[in-house]
Amino acid sequence: MRNVVIIGAGPAGLAAAHSARIAGSNVVLLDSSDALGGQFWRHLPDTRPSRNEKLLHHGWAKFQKLTVSLESDELVRIVRGAQVWAIDTLDGVNVHAIIGEPDGTQRTHEMFAPDALILATGAHDRTLPFPGWDLPGVFTGGAAQSLAKGERLAVGERVIVAGAGPFLLPVAQSLVRAGSRVVGVLEANRFSQLVRGWSPKPWQLFGAASKGGELAGYVAGHVRHRIPYRLGHAVIAAHGTDRVDSVTTARVEANWQPIAGTEQKVQVDAVCVSHSFTPRLELAIAAGCELTSERFVKVDDRQRTSTQGVFAAGEITGIGGVDLALAEGEIAGRHAAGTESAPTSAKRRRRIFAGFARRIEAAHGIRPGWTGWLEDSTVICRCEEVTLGAIRTTAQRTESESLRSLKLSTRAGLGICQGRMCGRSVEQILCSFAPEGALRDDTSSDHRPIASPLRLGELASRPRPTMQGKEHHD
Amino acid sequence: MGARMLPAGGDRIRPDTTTTVTITVDGEPATGITGQSIAGIVMAGDRLDLRRTAAGDRPRGVFCGIGVCFDCLVEVNGVQDVRACQRKARDGDAINTRHDHDATPQAEGGAA
Repeated sequence: MRNVVIIGAGPAGLAAAHSARIAGSNVVLLDSSDALGGQFWRHLPDTRPSRNEKLLHHGWAKFQKLTVSLESDELVRIVRGAQVWAIDTLDGVNVHAIIGEPDGTQRTHEMFAPDALILATGAHDRTLPFPGWDLPGVFTGGAAQSLAKGERLAVGERVIVAGAGPFLLPVAQSLVRAGSRVVGVLEANRFSQLVRGWSPKPWQLFGAASKGGELAGYVAGHVRHRIPYRLGHAVIAAHGTDRVDSVTTARVEANWQPIAGTEQKVQVDAVCVSHSFTPRLELAIAAGCELTSERFVKVDDRQRTSTQGVFAAGEITGIGGVDLALAEGEIAGRHAAGTESAPTSAKRRRRIFAGFARRIEAAHGIRPGWTGWLEDSTVICRCEEVTLGAIRTTAQRTESESLRSLKLSTRAGLGICQGRMCGRSVEQILCSFAPEGALRDDTSSDHRPIASPLRLGELASRPRPTMQGKEHHD
Repeated sequence: MGARMLPAGGDRIRPDTTTTVTITVDGEPATGITGQSIAGIVMAGDRLDLRRTAAGDRPRGVFCGIGVCFDCLVEVNGVQDVRACQRKARDGDAINTRHDHDATPQAEGGAA
């Protein structure tokens, strides 16, 4: 019997686990959290179940069906609190995990050597820097979602939601349902941009009708709560001494450059900003998987990566939402289990929702004019507190067009988050200084030698190898 | 009033009643619901800052909320660098939000 390890228990990972089991494999499902569902199906903990959780989620019935099936299956081992910190491909694929309380000192090592590995590590919000974005009270959309859904906590009383993309709508909805007053949702892209992104081949949208319905639901929610939805607007600064008390909004050009004279001050006690998503690529990179030019994991029609025995599914192959993640997971699970064919329905859903994903990017993608709202004093790297001015000075002094040398001399992107928050923004800022508009080295901020921070003592303790591929599984 | 818990009575999803968990934050007691994160319990009292930065002495709180940004690091029972958004609170946990600040003079002394 084949052993399949899956990293990530969000929609893609759950679908992959279920599918690999149908095809007859043993499954180990690893997730860093202590609950299943990932960020999409974030819910109240088992110690505080709710009677009507489905009101907060799309596809809750699907989630329940998947988890009941996996949790009752003796050939599925679900490992919660498992932080995978390295993958090596020295002799087959080896997955190194540390298991226990987040950032605790009593965690145990475990190493897995499966026949096939499925990466379903998902994505996190990408928030572009702006003056004051490091103040308490400025959150990513994901933070507001996670606290609202996972704890029933409202991050503020008067909240503004801003950035780009359809994800702003469920963020606003979660806030309202947790008891916040959302004073506005600002989408940086203009109506013409949205139309250009959405309108080629509109018939493709019919296939994604459930997605259309999901979006229509959010729009109806907006009307019901009378939340202003403004296109071509952005939050360009947050103000306050120890916490946010107001923001400056402005109209922006099609390239997101703020338009002088359109600034308005809005009093809020929280602001939730997300401009895009960044795929969590570190483990795929550690496994040697090739990336696409858009910097997602490159997969073939079987969801195989360029590394033998390693598959990928969900947001790390492209930001496409839950339906695409479920379809990709189902396909990956089947092939990882050694089956030659995947269900036709999953392949059809993958085709439909992949088209949807491309159009979201065309309509809502980040435009380069955002650097126009930065000031020299704006913190770019939050961990190391490196400002735009410091990056500019260093870049000019050293005539640097190399990301590596800039990082080493300013420490931008070298803090404890390892450039997850600022890495791609630092790259874009540096590109904007470079005469050719491109970096001279091929370093990218996605490379991280250790995928998640460990304590030195933990690194020194010996891993306990388990599940040695075909030979000694239990 | 800013950040706060939605009262269970007014919640459409009707969460079950549950037990409470009590921690201390810089010596002051704070009570939350079993299963809440340390960050969630602190924020429910409308406190948003969880530490001050070492270099700029600026306040920081939860930013990403999903364990990626490491901005919400606190000291828990003497162990530093614990992500408050990821760690579930246990009864009696002692949270110190000033550890970066406390450590700064020492670190400078060591470097000099």
